[in-house]
Amino acid sequence: MADTSSQNRAAELLAKTPTRREAYEADVRRRSNRIALISTVSVVLAIIVLVPLAPGWEAVQRAFFNGRVFAATFPGLLDAFLLNVMIFAWSAPLIALTGLAIALCRDARAPALFPVRLFGIAYTDVFRGLPVVLVIYIIGFGVPGLGLPRPWNSPYIWGTLALVLVYSAYVAEVIRSGIDSIHQSQRSAAASLGLSDRDIMRFVVLPQAIRNVVPANMNLFIALQKDVALLSFIGPVEVFRQAGVYKSLYANFTPYVGAALIFLVLTVPATRYADYLMNKQNRARS
Amino acid sequence: MTAKLSLRGVRKRFGDLEVCKGIDLDVGEGEMVCLIGASGSGKSTLLRCMNLLEPIDDGTIWLDGTDISEPGLDPQPVRQKIGIVFQSFNLFPHMTAAENVMLAPRRVRGLSRDTLRPRVTQLFARFGLEDRMDYYPDQLSGGQQQRVAIIRALAMEPEIMLFDEITSALDPELVGEVLDVLRDLRQQGMTMVLATHEMGFARELADKVCFLDAGRILEQGPPETLFAAPREARTKAFLSRVL
Ligand SMILES: Nc1ncnc2c1ncn2[C@@H]1O[C@H](COP(=O)(O)OP(=O)(O)OP(=O)(O)O)[C@@H](O)[C@H]1O
Ligand SMILES: [Mg+2]
Repeated sequence: MADTSSQNRAAELLAKTPTRREAYEADVRRRSNRIALISTVSVVLAIIVLVPLAPGWEAVQRAFFNGRVFAATFPGLLDAFLLNVMIFAWSAPLIALTGLAIALCRDARAPALFPVRLFGIAYTDVFRGLPVVLVIYIIGFGVPGLGLPRPWNSPYIWGTLALVLVYSAYVAEVIRSGIDSIHQSQRSAAASLGLSDRDIMRFVVLPQAIRNVVPANMNLFIALQKDVALLSFIGPVEVFRQAGVYKSLYANFTPYVGAALIFLVLTVPATRYADYLMNKQNRARS
Repeated sequence: MTAKLSLRGVRKRFGDLEVCKGIDLDVGEGEMVCLIGASGSGKSTLLRCMNLLEPIDDGTIWLDGTDISEPGLDPQPVRQKIGIVFQSFNLFPHMTAAENVMLAPRRVRGLSRDTLRPRVTQLFARFGLEDRMDYYPDQLSGGQQQRVAIIRALAMEPEIMLFDEITSALDPELVGEVLDVLRDLRQQGMTMVLATHEMGFARELADKVCFLDAGRILEQGPPETLFAAPREARTKAFLSRVL
C-alpha cells in the first residue's frame, strides 16, 4: 500500500522533470522574453526622453495633455459617451437582424425569388460601396428635410437607419461567407432525412455558419462602435461632439484625447478578444 | 413479383462526364444488394440517385411500382422512405447525438422531443449507445459516430436503407461494430443497398452482388457465383486485386 503510493509519487516527480528538449525550449523562451523586454523599455524610454526635447513640445503638451482640462472635462465626456453606448445598443441588434435577412435574400435559390436575390445583391453592393458618413449625411439631412412632423424628424431615427443600412450590408456578406463555408455534405445529409430547404437552412446550415463568423462579426461591431461618433454630424451630442464643445470652451484639445481614451478602453480589449477567437478557430480548423 | 426498388436505363452526368451509363437494377423486398467496383466507377453517385439526392438525366426509378424519377417531383416524401448513410458520417456537429437523431422526426413528422425520447433511447440502446446520447459528435469515436448516423437514418423508419462505404473511414478495429449493425438490420428484414469494399462481408450476407465498371453494371449475381466464377475479364481483374 505505502509502497505503491511512494511509487506513484516517484512517477509524478519523474513526469515533472523537464526533458532535455523542454529545458532547451524554456531557455530559448526566457532569452527571447528578456530581449523583448529590454527593447520595449528602451523604445519607451527614448520616446519619453526624446519627444519632450522637441522644440514645440511644451505647446503640444499644453494643448493636448493638460491635466486640469482633462479632470474638468472627463466626467462630462463619460456622460456623453453613454449616448454612444445607447445608439450602439439599439443599432447592433437591428443590424444583426437586417444583415441576416439580407444574407438569406442573397441565398434564395427558387426562381420565383429571383427579385429577392437581386435585391440582396444590389443592397450589399450599394451600401458597401458608400462611405458611412455620406450615407449619414444623405439620410440624416435628406429625410427630415421632407418636413416630417415630430418625432419623425429626429436625427436619432435617421442616423440609426444610416448605420443599419451600411453595417447590415457588411454583416450580410460575412454571414453569407459563413453559409458558403458549410460543406455540401451537411446539406446532403439533412436533405436525405427528408428535411425541407427551409429547415435545412434554419437548423443545420445557419447555426454552424453563424458560429463560424462570430469573430469576423465582432470586428464589424467594433468598427460600428467607433462610427457611432459620425452621427454627431447630424445633431446628437455624443462624446466626439461633446469633446468639440469642451475644446471651444477651454480653447484646448485635451478633451479629444480624453474621448480617444474612452474609445480605446473599449475597443482594444474587444479587438484582442476577437483576435483570440479568430486564432482559436483557425487552430481548430487546421 | 415486382421489386421494391427498380432502376431502368438510369443515366447521370456531371458536365461532360457520364457517371451512370444506363443502369438496370432490381432490389427485392428484404434483399441486401452490394455494389462493388473500383474507385470512381459510380457507386456513390448511383446510391445518391436512388434517394433523389442527385436528379437523374434519363431512365426511370420505381419505388413500389411508382415512378419516383419524374422530373419536378417533390423529393422529400421519397427521401423519407429511403434512408442513406455516408462514408464520412456527416453528423451535425452542433447537435448532440440525440438531437441529430430527433431533428428529422421533429421537423418532418411534427413529433415532440418528449414523444420521441423513449423511442430514440430504445434505438440507441439497441446499438449499444444509450450512454452516449447526449454527447456531441466530436466526443465520439468514428465507429460510434457512424452508428449514430445509422440510428439517425433509422429514426425516420425508412423502407430502404442505402449505405455508402460506411466502414471505409473507420480504423480497422472499429469496422466490426458497424458491420454488426448491418447484420442486425439484415436479420430484421430491412431492404438494403450497400456500396462496399468489404468483400468478405458482401460474400457472407448479400443476396446479390453487382460489379460496377465505368458507370455500367458489368456483371451481377449471387455472391457465390460472382466471387467464385466471374464471367467478365474486368470483374476477374478487379476481384484478384481486392481479394
Ligand atoms: N458532384 C459531382 N460533380 C462532378 N463530378 C462528380 C460529382 N460526384 C462524383 N463525380 C465524379 O463521378 C465519378 C464517380 O464518382 P463516385 O463517387 O460515384 O464513384 P465511387 O464508385 O463511389 O468511387 P469511390 O469508391 O472512390 O467512392 C468520379 O469520377 C467523380 O469524380
Ligand atoms: Mg464513393
